[in-house]
Amino acid sequence: MTTTTLTEGAAAANQDTKIRIRQLSKVFQTKTGPFVALDDINLDIPVGCFFMIVGPSGCGKTTLLRILAGLEEHSSGSLEIASPAANRPGNSMVFQGDSLFPWMTVWENAAYGLTMRGLSKGEIKNVVGHYLSRTGLSRFHDYYPHQLSGGMRQRVSIARAFANDPDILLMDEPFSALDEQNKVLLQEELLRIWEETRKTVMFITHSVDEAVTLGDRIMIMTAHPGRSKVMVDVPFERPRSVLELRARPEYGELVYNIWGHLREEVQRARAQDEGRGS
Amino acid sequence: MTNAAQDANLKTRSFAPRRRSWSRESVERAMNIVSPVALLLVWELCARAGFIDVRFFPAPSKVFQVMYNLIQNGQLEKHVWASLQRLWWGILFGGVPALILGVAMGMYRTLRVIVEPVIMATYPIPKSAILPLILLIFGLGEASKIVMVATGVFYPILINAMAGVLEINKIYFDVGRNFGAGRWQVFRTVALPGALPLIMTGIKLGVGLGLVLIAIAEMVGAKSGLGYMIWNAWEILSVETMYVGLISIAVLGLVFTLLLNELERIIVPWKSSR
Repeated sequence: MTTTTLTEGAAAANQDTKIRIRQLSKVFQTKTGPFVALDDINLDIPVGCFFMIVGPSGCGKTTLLRILAGLEEHSSGSLEIASPAANRPGNSMVFQGDSLFPWMTVWENAAYGLTMRGLSKGEIKNVVGHYLSRTGLSRFHDYYPHQLSGGMRQRVSIARAFANDPDILLMDEPFSALDEQNKVLLQEELLRIWEETRKTVMFITHSVDEAVTLGDRIMIMTAHPGRSKVMVDVPFERPRSVLELRARPEYGELVYNIWGHLREEVQRARAQDEGRGS
Repeated sequence: MTNAAQDANLKTRSFAPRRRSWSRESVERAMNIVSPVALLLVWELCARAGFIDVRFFPAPSKVFQVMYNLIQNGQLEKHVWASLQRLWWGILFGGVPALILGVAMGMYRTLRVIVEPVIMATYPIPKSAILPLILLIFGLGEASKIVMVATGVFYPILINAMAGVLEINKIYFDVGRNFGAGRWQVFRTVALPGALPLIMTGIKLGVGLGLVLIAIAEMVGAKSGLGYMIWNAWEILSVETMYVGLISIAVLGLVFTLLLNELERIIVPWKSSR
């Protein structure tokens, strides 16, 4: 049985829960038979939580995000998302890789959600102007994506999601294609912008460092089929500075611990891949 | 070779970059004019030297003289204008439905599955072969000429528009959905602009085919147009007039290509200067 319910904040069992997932699974029908992408996922994500999902590639973490985004249907279980305030979209996604429309300028891309919602020109100008300046892109507002570097393109992508002012931000490995230096800069930028609104975020990554740096709570997923293996709370205070955080011994310890959980899964995923290859 | 000789060699070699006063783009654009003019020049020389039979291949200077006369007495203008009008309506009546249907077929699988077999089955029929049928249905007037052009324009635009939408990365449709775009908004902001580069290719092919078909259609049962002019010239054995007609069609084709290239530069700015 499949249920997706949008409940009024008060009607949810716990008022502070933004996303509640129970026994959710996703099965894809393929030529070689059913493929279980997600199995028995249970989650409670509080309002304002920066929630990280870490798992080996192919563990179904993108599928989970796509289900939350409404781009994919789940096969069974229940998914409850507290309904957003009036006039506010439920979620906006920062996609993995290039997702900016090549035929739109930076400005038009960043304004896309607001334009689709039919906001007035003045409002769009204020909001988009704000987020383009927060991401350091004001000067490039009339550039086309192909004229920008990969890092700048991902910044526009982030500006587009934030400008849409969604209840929940979904981020699918937004920085995975970037080099290390750009990644750290963008992580700091993301945290700074997030501090302004403290939206609920669901952020997928394969980088343990990124998970510990950004998140409040981390779910580590198993290799195929994707299950929740362990949940880790990140004790660091906010606002955070990425570089200072990384210099702390507790940071290294936490990364080390998480790696302990993850290593086994990555090795299993590799074995699965090799098995499929032969 | 001794070391000293090698040194001397090195000294005389200049490594200064060659200055180019013409950008590559302007050279390429100039070729649009230079190449045809060069061909005419060679032709003229061959005709005067007697390398070619001037009964079939009159010297361009002769042809241009006849052309001048036809311009003077307003005949050429009349025929060009008649053909242009038919082309315009044909492109409009064939192109606009093709564009909408093609993009929609790219967007909706069901529609594609239903319509595509019909398109693929009728596409290979030579458009010139259906002229008698079209004359039968639409008569000898303007309508049959316009329909001829429309059928020619229809297929390349439809097929390219559909292919253009199918080639759009799926992620852009996901972005549209995720950011709340409705069907019409997805059509307008994702499918249409995403397919535009290939649609422009389709329009160029379609206009070229339209020129071919208008010439053929005007040879049968027309009293005006470049096709009629060429056919009439054959009947009165005025080879030069025939060439004037051919050159006029060639010039029209070239002008269309240049205009469409400019149009592409304007409406597909994200594809240029790559």
